[in-house]
Amino acid sequence: MAEEAKKEPRKIVPKKYPMPEQDPKERTKNFNEVPIGQDAQTAILEAQRCLQCKRGPNRKLCMDGCPVEIEIPAFIKKVQEGNFEEAIKIIRQKQNLPAVCGRVCPYENQCEGNCVVGKKNEPVGIGRLERFLADWERKEMKKGKIEVPPSTGKKVAVVGGGPAGLTVAGDLARLGHKVSVFEALQYCGGVLIYGIPEFRLPKEIVRAEVDYISRMGVDIKTDYVVGKLDTVDELLKEYDAVFVATGAGLPDWTGLSGENLNGIMSANEFLTRVNLMKAFKFPEYDTPIRVGERVVTIGGGNVAMDCARTSLRLGCKESVILYRRSDAELPARREEVHHAKDEGVRFELLAAPLEFIGDECGNVKQVKAIRMQLGEPDASGRRRPVKIPGSEFLIDAQTVLIAIGQSPNPLVPMTTPDLKTTKEGTIAVDEEGRTSKKAVWAGGDIASGAATVILAMGDGKRAAKSMHRYLTGDKSWPSPEVFEKLSCEM
Amino acid sequence: MKMYEIVKSQKLTPDVIKLEIRAPHIAKKAKAGQFIMVTPTEHGERIPLTMADFSPEKGTITIAALEVGKTTRELGTLKAGDKLFSLVGPLGLPTHLHKYGNVVSIGGGIGLALMYPVVRAFKQSGNHTINIIGARNEKLLMYEDEIKSVSDEFFICTDDGTKGHKGFVSDILKDLIAKGSKIDLVYAVGPIIMMKVIANITRPYNIKTVVSLNPIMVDGTGMCGSCRVIIKGETKFGCVDGPEFDGHDVDFENLTARNKRYMPEEQVALRRWQGAK
Repeated sequence: MAEEAKKEPRKIVPKKYPMPEQDPKERTKNFNEVPIGQDAQTAILEAQRCLQCKRGPNRKLCMDGCPVEIEIPAFIKKVQEGNFEEAIKIIRQKQNLPAVCGRVCPYENQCEGNCVVGKKNEPVGIGRLERFLADWERKEMKKGKIEVPPSTGKKVAVVGGGPAGLTVAGDLARLGHKVSVFEALQYCGGVLIYGIPEFRLPKEIVRAEVDYISRMGVDIKTDYVVGKLDTVDELLKEYDAVFVATGAGLPDWTGLSGENLNGIMSANEFLTRVNLMKAFKFPEYDTPIRVGERVVTIGGGNVAMDCARTSLRLGCKESVILYRRSDAELPARREEVHHAKDEGVRFELLAAPLEFIGDECGNVKQVKAIRMQLGEPDASGRRRPVKIPGSEFLIDAQTVLIAIGQSPNPLVPMTTPDLKTTKEGTIAVDEEGRTSKKAVWAGGDIASGAATVILAMGDGKRAAKSMHRYLTGDKSWPSPEVFEKLSCEM
Repeated sequence: MKMYEIVKSQKLTPDVIKLEIRAPHIAKKAKAGQFIMVTPTEHGERIPLTMADFSPEKGTITIAALEVGKTTRELGTLKAGDKLFSLVGPLGLPTHLHKYGNVVSIGGGIGLALMYPVVRAFKQSGNHTINIIGARNEKLLMYEDEIKSVSDEFFICTDDGTKGHKGFVSDILKDLIAKGSKIDLVYAVGPIIMMKVIANITRPYNIKTVVSLNPIMVDGTGMCGSCRVIIKGETKFGCVDGPEFDGHDVDFENLTARNKRYMPEEQVALRRWQGAK
């Protein structure tokens, strides 16, 4: 600590330089990105808030919080010097999707959560610096082929083109392996394309990131459902290794009466219609969506926030979040909660749905809900919500969005008999992402359950290292008992 | 971006288009009863269509679409050489094939397109195939020769009597049951009302009845639940648990209501498209 103390007199600007944002009143009328991005001058000033801490034996630094191990102080130093090209190069060594992560990473719990400046002041805005550099690169750098080492002659199949799959593809291409990505939808990107809304992550940016990976020589096959077309076993005849990253695409339901009424949708259906199929541009795009006057979103995570904020932009008069715990337990990132509140989303907290009531045509018209209070902590450590008897109430709704979670996509496990799964339906993996089937790795939500983009990328990173070792000679594989145990434990 | 080329385009009836599409990867894996998701253009909708045929040798699949909405009418304008933006498949579970014995298959309207590969597969599995096909009038019949070629017994019905029996396909089924014919399986594909009527006829006799449902889908791969149907009181996904279900377990009222949920928007899209043409 002595080292930082010496630097303290340099007088750190206590707060992050502000990120310009669209006005809340304006932005609920469009799907444009909410934070507008910083200019070069601001980025340099922000970078100058960094102390360039050195790693010490007992000291946690920004880098230790990064699931993909970006050399954060090194890239910030280059920004301080105004050398953006070198700065983004440092990020690119570890990070395949900087423009995405610079937007959707929960930095507050990761790099910025460990920032030494952040102990007394606001941490250095590492996330926004990453975003600035990625955006600078996209605008300023040439779009040619990206040099990779000579081919190793090894072929890798990546099943699923979301954050985990793209990370493996990028990392292994950078090591000279020939990678093919098999994506089920018409565009590559997974949840980045179908799930996260345009106003948080413009699809043009995802396309540019995917384009960067294909410019590294990665072959991207869209419209390809592994398990329905070739199975994993068939892929193994042609490829030396397979990485399965098929995500948590299966929506969870409340199971309450009336859930199949018209107007009630999974968050996945709603967001897929709007983001992947661009229903917000109907009728310019053919896929329809209708929200009515009031939308009730059930759930309190990032997906629920995305649903509630998207609903406002589709023109509903009121967008309500119904969540069974209190504000403090909302699983969404604070930033997302703030954005939702700023935009006028109403939070009906400590309330849970009981049933959905329809009209004579089979359309939902009301949600019957009940007030909750917090009781003893449950297995997750959060206080268990308990119903308050007699506190039932009705809330009118023309649309109800179910955003209470997603489960692993069952298709690959179902069509790969010797791939061990856990009780939750995730693929059982060891710490390197290896599965019970030799030469097959898995990562992202299919292995960890529903988590975040950056954790999926971290999985990809670890798996890519392990795959590279395997492809270059070390063919060792854990014994079947390891997975036997994993599939029971988790 | 992949593009899928149409190798043959043909009007089967004034408002049904049949398209043969180059898609060797799908043709190699396709089985009777499965469907594909097609998006005609980049701005288009993803819609499920049943496969009317598939040929691993030619590397093509064939789809048939009733031109009712904007997307299907747009498909109706496509010619050989045109390309589709996106094509995904084969999706859904294939028809469960087995030597049942006597199989009565009933198809109506656009359902006749899907019926053909299914009854062909029933025949190949060693069943005695009794096939009943129906349409409003003679002009709207299709796949007549193909289905006849894999039939041990074959019946045609038209609502107006312009060909075959005047009346409904269900009349023939009732006759067969009344005559005491041994029926081991009934397979029905067509309008929801037709499948519902058939299921109601066979229910008292405990004849196993399989229906192929057509709920609204978005991704078609089990991700969204747009296609959820109620089967024996339980929610199932048409795309991954189906499209075929036991007809006696299907909540047809819910399916009918759910399939109408975007009707106003479908009209908007259609009028806009017709205006632009």
